[in-house]
Amino acid sequence: MSVETVPDNIAITCRKLRKVFVLRNTRSMKESIVWLVKGRKGDLSKRFDALQDVSLDVAQGETVALLGLNGSGKSTLLKLISGVLQPDGGTVRTRGRVAGLIEVGAGFHHDLSGRDNVYLNGAILGMTEKQIDTMFDSIVEFSEIGEFIDTEVKFYSSGMYLKLAFSIAVHTDPEVFLIDEILAVGDEPFQRKCIKKIKELAAAGKTLFVVSHDLDLVSTVCERGVLLEHGKIIMDAEVHDVVRELRKRSDTA
Amino acid sequence: MAAAKNELTIPGSGRGLLDLYSNWFLLKLLVRKEIKVRYRGSVLGLLWSYVKPLMQFMIYFVALGIFLNLQAKTPNYAIYLFSGIVLVNFFTETLGNSTRSIVENRDLIRKIYLPRELFPVATVLVSAAHFLPQVVILLGAALLVGWTPSAVQLLAAIAAFIVVAILAMGLGLLFGAVNVYFRDSENIVDMILMVVTWASPVLYLWTMARDALGSWFFLYQANPMTVAVEIFHWAFWYPTLGTNQTAMVELPPNLLSLWLPVSLLVSLAVLFFGQYVFRRLAVHFAQEL
Repeated sequence: MSVETVPDNIAITCRKLRKVFVLRNTRSMKESIVWLVKGRKGDLSKRFDALQDVSLDVAQGETVALLGLNGSGKSTLLKLISGVLQPDGGTVRTRGRVAGLIEVGAGFHHDLSGRDNVYLNGAILGMTEKQIDTMFDSIVEFSEIGEFIDTEVKFYSSGMYLKLAFSIAVHTDPEVFLIDEILAVGDEPFQRKCIKKIKELAAAGKTLFVVSHDLDLVSTVCERGVLLEHGKIIMDAEVHDVVRELRKRSDTA
Repeated sequence: MAAAKNELTIPGSGRGLLDLYSNWFLLKLLVRKEIKVRYRGSVLGLLWSYVKPLMQFMIYFVALGIFLNLQAKTPNYAIYLFSGIVLVNFFTETLGNSTRSIVENRDLIRKIYLPRELFPVATVLVSAAHFLPQVVILLGAALLVGWTPSAVQLLAAIAAFIVVAILAMGLGLLFGAVNVYFRDSENIVDMILMVVTWASPVLYLWTMARDALGSWFFLYQANPMTVAVEIFHWAFWYPTLGTNQTAMVELPPNLLSLWLPVSLLVSLAVLFFGQYVFRRLAVHFAQEL
């Protein structure tokens, strides 16, 4: 692998990124052994290319919207950048701490109180004990949970649940934010608050990498748009142009 | 840290068990969560951690100690039995839970990158937290019958516990990772757990195994669980015997000089192998779960 020199202001760099998903149809040793004994006849799995040759640089402080129809590989790319998945080819590098606002609430445990969950989820998202201690009041205030913070999370309404989870996520303060379809959280006033918060993050020089199907929203939050189709980047330009292109393509589809 | 901040890093590249050090706070919270959640909604709560081993102990004591009359040949058979049972329970709880730990935390693993070793290691610590109160009971019972251990015996018991923890963690990493691909792994582990109580001298005397196995006895001794259980007997049960009783019993030879180091090496080898397999497989956990 050749070592390229990457400028100092680059937060995320992807080079010829490739991801293949193998859809295995078997789940037991017996089936696999039978398959081996029979001389590997037939295919135990299907393959499909989720990403092909994706190269992309994101500078620090840039706000990028990743757009595309369902199944175009947006979430896969986000997962490769966050390290959840490993690429089958090419390289990804990131600079600084990366945190995902990916499916907020993934680390919640229903039988723990809101307070315990703030600590657990904060730690999962990479915060230290001290950071959570200092942020705690701010997290609770932002979430509008109030006195319910010591109630078990299973008694929360789905709105409260998402508000708390989102609130923890935006307080993690990483250099790079990965945001996947979570801007539609809670009721309208809270949504406005979330979007305001995200714009604040952008203004504060954080790198934002947003996946969303809400095209009007992303064009207000982001400056740059990247359009994916069938795992390939087909357009990388100013966000309004990319949104227009995507709309054109979905109309003809 | 300022320098590290400006480095480009590869996302999702862990350093295996070494990552635990930098994630100590998260590990602590995961352990606390497990302990809190384990007995949620039950009236007896943590007491179940005492009731279950006690029940198990009574069954064995009645069946083996009284019906098969093992207590005639073994003075203080109750102490003998219980000191082995607590150690085996620690092992079975750790291995059983760590095998399931990756699959059970699939929601997290699929969405957020964390050093995946956290989950099996957390189960080891949770089991240790359940093990300690049982040891307190053991110590209380031993003191009642006149337990006078030496410092070497106590240190050896701690070493034996560490050997078992390493072994369980190694096997837990191995089967936890394999379980993602083949759920058969859980059943294999269930079988191992069934065998382990009988593959070490927990219920019977080590001399019975020696007499039956003959020249193959060294294989039996190479099992780290066997050595650990024998050391627990030596530390908790042997010092409760009177001078006339010690003449009745025979201790395994070279326990500290040979078998303790051997068991430690075997356990470490298992741990390295488990960690190796775990790291190889962990790369694809998120897409296989």
